[in-house]
Amino acid sequence: MRTIDLASTSLRELNELLHKQTAGTNETQWEILNPKGMHAVAAGVDAPLNIDIKGSVGYYVAGMNKQANIVVHGSAGPGAAENMMSGKVVVKGDVSQYAGATGRGGMLVVEGNASSRCGISMKGIDIVVKGNIGHMSAFMAQTGNLVVFGDAGDALGDSIYEARLFVRGNVKSLGADCIEKEMRDEHLALIDGLLHRAGLNGVRPNEFRRYGSARKLYNFNIDNADAY
Amino acid sequence: MCGIVGLFIKDTKLEPRLGELTSVMLSTMCERGPDSAGFAVYGPAHEGNAKITLQAPNPDAHFAGLTTAISKVIGAEASLERKSTHAVLSVPADKLQAAREALRSGHPELRIMSSGEAIEIYKEVGYPTQVAGQFDLAKMQGSHAIGHTRMATESAVTTMGAHPFSTGPDQCLVHNGSLSNHHNLRRELVRDGMSFETDNDTEVAAAYISWRIKQGLNLGEALQKSLDDLDGFFTFVVGTKNGFGVLRDPIACKPAVMAETDQYVAFGSEYRALAGLPGIDSARIWEPEPATVYFWER
Repeated sequence: MRTIDLASTSLRELNELLHKQTAGTNETQWEILNPKGMHAVAAGVDAPLNIDIKGSVGYYVAGMNKQANIVVHGSAGPGAAENMMSGKVVVKGDVSQYAGATGRGGMLVVEGNASSRCGISMKGIDIVVKGNIGHMSAFMAQTGNLVVFGDAGDALGDSIYEARLFVRGNVKSLGADCIEKEMRDEHLALIDGLLHRAGLNGVRPNEFRRYGSARKLYNFNIDNADAY
Repeated sequence: MCGIVGLFIKDTKLEPRLGELTSVMLSTMCERGPDSAGFAVYGPAHEGNAKITLQAPNPDAHFAGLTTAISKVIGAEASLERKSTHAVLSVPADKLQAAREALRSGHPELRIMSSGEAIEIYKEVGYPTQVAGQFDLAKMQGSHAIGHTRMATESAVTTMGAHPFSTGPDQCLVHNGSLSNHHNLRRELVRDGMSFETDNDTEVAAAYISWRIKQGLNLGEALQKSLDDLDGFFTFVVGTKNGFGVLRDPIACKPAVMAETDQYVAFGSEYRALAGLPGIDSARIWEPEPATVYFWER
């Protein structure tokens, strides 16, 4: 296992080392110490690595991740796993604004709470949050799944396209064009699979409610002008 | 951008380390605001004594003979402690207004940074670590401190445009964001007797809070009212003689993270600012909610 201490190695050196790793690398286990809120820790990784970050990080941890399994043993600042392509990012603590924003694939698991704009403009990523999510989450969310064990803040799913939102707790308010939808067997199976992949249990799929697009704002229609 | 740090001490045993801890916090926020920096320190207050923090464009010339001149005008003993381009003028509390007037009329070249029983404000153009070093922030003591690193958006990079802004006795405010209705609000506040030193949007927010406190509201109530009357992006950290408040606008784009232990409440624009605090690993750490007033008093 490679251990990199950010108290003595620069962030740039760390990320360069990680970027050099390719599919066949033998160095698959990485441990990063003393991140102390640094930005962009383990951003841009494109190899099947297991990376443990021991502490809290700042902006953009694991941004653009491809293939890697990254675990943050602490909390993360804004933009955690932003634009993730594949792989899995687990944050043991809380995440700040726009976690998983624009993500195209892979899975982000937040074991604490996520603040505002979680999953904004998500495009295929799966996000599972064990706590609550803040306001304007899943704004303009296009595809992918957002599963929330706790509550959602104001304007959930505003201007949403085809992403699926599953919330177990209360939703403070729904955004424009976001409505509650019927839970069918296929959705229960989907949640079951997501929970399994996230390694989380203790909740049942039928405890969640489903929200998604009313599909009224896809194309501009003058009759809907008040809804924009 | 801009960076904010704040430390409100609950356990008096930590008070001797206020400046040292604030200085470390401020140094982590340099990239967020490399233009200029400033900080308010609430030091030990002495009964019956008031302090005015002054800044001079030419300190050697402008501070020379100032003590004698002011003492003469106010008819009481004044003393001056110089720190680089700033100096703290101490006068009997009942002579504070007279001293302010004497400074205004007789020494217009001096800028008043703050006045009150406990507050001292130091701010300058320059890289934040250099500004903190210039005033020996690390050696300062007290009950609470608020620091700011500025990346200017709304007005010029000048000493007076740096934060914190103080618009009332022992009050100060720092801001990350930008206000969009500050011109209108400034006109209304001027009509109601408030005065302004700069064209800065943050000064309007500070004056607004002072105006509300003047009306008899406490800090928490004043902050609550500001949600109705201020339009724009903001994360504010506000200090009073014995209080410390935090407020974010309803959209809450501007970052904020807080930590609380038995010893202190701390604010940072980012976690980096809190990472060096004692006991941070076991502190309660959270992101302040949008449009929610937080304030502590002791």
